[in-house]
Amino acid sequence: MKFLVCISNVPDTTTKIAFTPDNKEFNKAGVQFVINPWDEYALTRAIELKEAQGGGTVTVLNVGEADTEPNIRKALAIGADDAIRVNAFPKDAFFVAQQIANVAKEGAYDVILMGKESIDYNGFQVHGMVGELLGIPTVAPAMKLDMSGNTATLEREIEGGKEIVQVNTPFVASCQQPMCEPRIPNMRGIMTARTKPLKVVEPIGDAPRTAVAEYALPPKKQGVKLIPAENAGELIKLLRNEAKVI
Amino acid sequence: MSVLVVVECDGGEVKKSSLEVASYGSQVAQLLGTTATAVAVGEATEANLAKLGEQGITKVLYDAEPRLKDFVNGAYTKLIATAAQKEDSKVIVLANSNIGASVGSRLSVRLQASLATNVVELPKTDGGSFLVKRGAFSGKAFADVKLEGERKIIAVKKNSIEALHEAGKTAQVEGFSAQLTDADFADAPKQVVMQDQAGGILLPEADKVVSGGRGMKGPENWSLIEDLAKAIGAATACSKPVSDVDWRPHHEHVGQTGITVSPNLYIACGISGAIQHLAGVNSSKVIVVINKDPEAPFFKAADYGIVGDVFDVLPKLTQAVKELS
Repeated sequence: MKFLVCISNVPDTTTKIAFTPDNKEFNKAGVQFVINPWDEYALTRAIELKEAQGGGTVTVLNVGEADTEPNIRKALAIGADDAIRVNAFPKDAFFVAQQIANVAKEGAYDVILMGKESIDYNGFQVHGMVGELLGIPTVAPAMKLDMSGNTATLEREIEGGKEIVQVNTPFVASCQQPMCEPRIPNMRGIMTARTKPLKVVEPIGDAPRTAVAEYALPPKKQGVKLIPAENAGELIKLLRNEAKVI
Repeated sequence: MSVLVVVECDGGEVKKSSLEVASYGSQVAQLLGTTATAVAVGEATEANLAKLGEQGITKVLYDAEPRLKDFVNGAYTKLIATAAQKEDSKVIVLANSNIGASVGSRLSVRLQASLATNVVELPKTDGGSFLVKRGAFSGKAFADVKLEGERKIIAVKKNSIEALHEAGKTAQVEGFSAQLTDADFADAPKQVVMQDQAGGILLPEADKVVSGGRGMKGPENWSLIEDLAKAIGAATACSKPVSDVDWRPHHEHVGQTGITVSPNLYIACGISGAIQHLAGVNSSKVIVVINKDPEAPFFKAADYGIVGDVFDVLPKLTQAVKELS
C-alpha cells in the first residue's frame, strides 16, 4: 500500500507572532520552524500502518521553498521512505491542494493523509479540496484509522460525538488526536534519513483564489482584575453586572 | 441571485451556531442588495425552519430524504451545490464546524469558488473588493483575506457574530430535492455514537465553559467543575495533560491540538496556561483564571483572576451563583 503524507512547515508552537512593518507578511526573523503538530499524527499513523502490513511505502510531500528541507528530513528520520518537495511558496489552500492532487494522481497513492489543519493559517480546507479534485472520499477530521485490505475504518469527529465511517482506497483523511502517539526521530533514523531520496518538482495549476491583504494582532488585554480568594463570590457579581456574561 | 446559508439541524432543532450563520448571511444579503435563502441539513422540523425568519432568512429549502439525518460528506456536498445552482448564489455562508469545513472545502472546488474559514466579521466590500477578517496563528493574530472570483464561500467562527432575533418573522419553507442517489451516500456512517455531555451542553457550541487542569489533582474532584458548570449553564472542558492521563475524555480537551473554543466566558481552574492551551481558548470574550500560583502565565491572558485554592474557591463560586438566582 502506498501512503502519501502531506506536511506543512510552521512556526514553533511557542513563537511570538510578529509581522513585517507593512503587515503583509509573517516575520520569520529568529523563528524556528517545525513539522505542523497535526501532521505528525498523520505521519506516525501512516508509518504504523505500513509496519503492520509488513510492506508498502510512506512518501512525504511538502509544498514549500528550499528552507523547508530540514523538516522534510526530520519526517524521513521518523520513518518515511522518500519525499517530494513542490518548489513553491504555499500561496493559499487551493494552490496547495492542486499540488497535492497532482502528485497523488501521478504516484497513484492509495491513502492520502494530512493533519486537520496547520497551526499557522488554521484553514482546515486542504483535505476536502484534494478529495474533490481527485473525485475520492474525504474523512475529516479523523480520530482513528484502521486498515483491512483496501478498506479503511475511521472514526470521524462530529460536534458532540463521532461517526464510524468505512471507505475503500483511494481516500483522503485529515488526522487529529487521539489517533496515535507522534514519534520522534532516533539516531539511526537521523543517519538513514540523509540518504533517503528527496525529489524536487515544480508547481502546476491555476492561480490562488485568496490573498492576505493585511495581518493584525488582537487588541491588548486590559490586564487582569484580581479578586481576593476569601471574597470569591464577588467574582460572580462582576461577571453578571460588569462583564454581563452570566 | 440570493445569498445561500447552510443551516445545520440536530434532533429537529437548528443549532445555535447556525442561527449565527443565518444572521451573518442575511446581513451579507442586505449588503449586496439581495435576499438570503437557507438550505437545511440534518434532522429538522418545518416549524423550526420557518422560525429562521427571525434571523432574516426569507426562504428555506428542505430535502426530507431521511438518510440526510446524519452527516454524509458526498450527499451534503451535492445537496448544497444543487441549492447554490438553483438559487444562483454567488455567496455561500456556513458554520466553521466539522461539517462546514468538510463540505465547504469540497464545494469550493466543485463550484470554483474562493473560500475563507474561521471568519469573525462581516465582509468589507469597498472599491469592488471582497475582504473578510479571519483568525490565524492559533488565535494569536487576524488576517484580512481578499476573496477572488465570482463565487465566494465563507465559514463563520462560532460566537463571533451576534444572532439576530426579530420575533414573529417567518421564512417560507420549500420542499426541495437534490435528486440524491445511492452513490451519493457511499461514505455514509456505519454508526453514529454520541458522547455524554455534562449538563447536555455541547462544548463546541457552548457560550460558557468551565475547564479544569492538573491543579484539580484527580478525576474524583471533577464534581466541583461540574457543579459550577451546571449552576451557570456551561459546558465542561479540560487541558491536554488531563485528557492524556485519562482523567477526562479526549472530546473535552481544549487547546492547540484539541478543540478550539471561543465562548463568551471561559473559566480556567487549576490550569497554568501553557501557550498551547491558550491557543485553543484565547479568542474567548471573557477569561477567568483560578490558580494558587500567582505566577501562572494564564493570569496575563485573563480578564478576572483569583489567586487561591480551587478546592476552596469553586464551592464559593457555585454558592454565589445559587444566591443570585
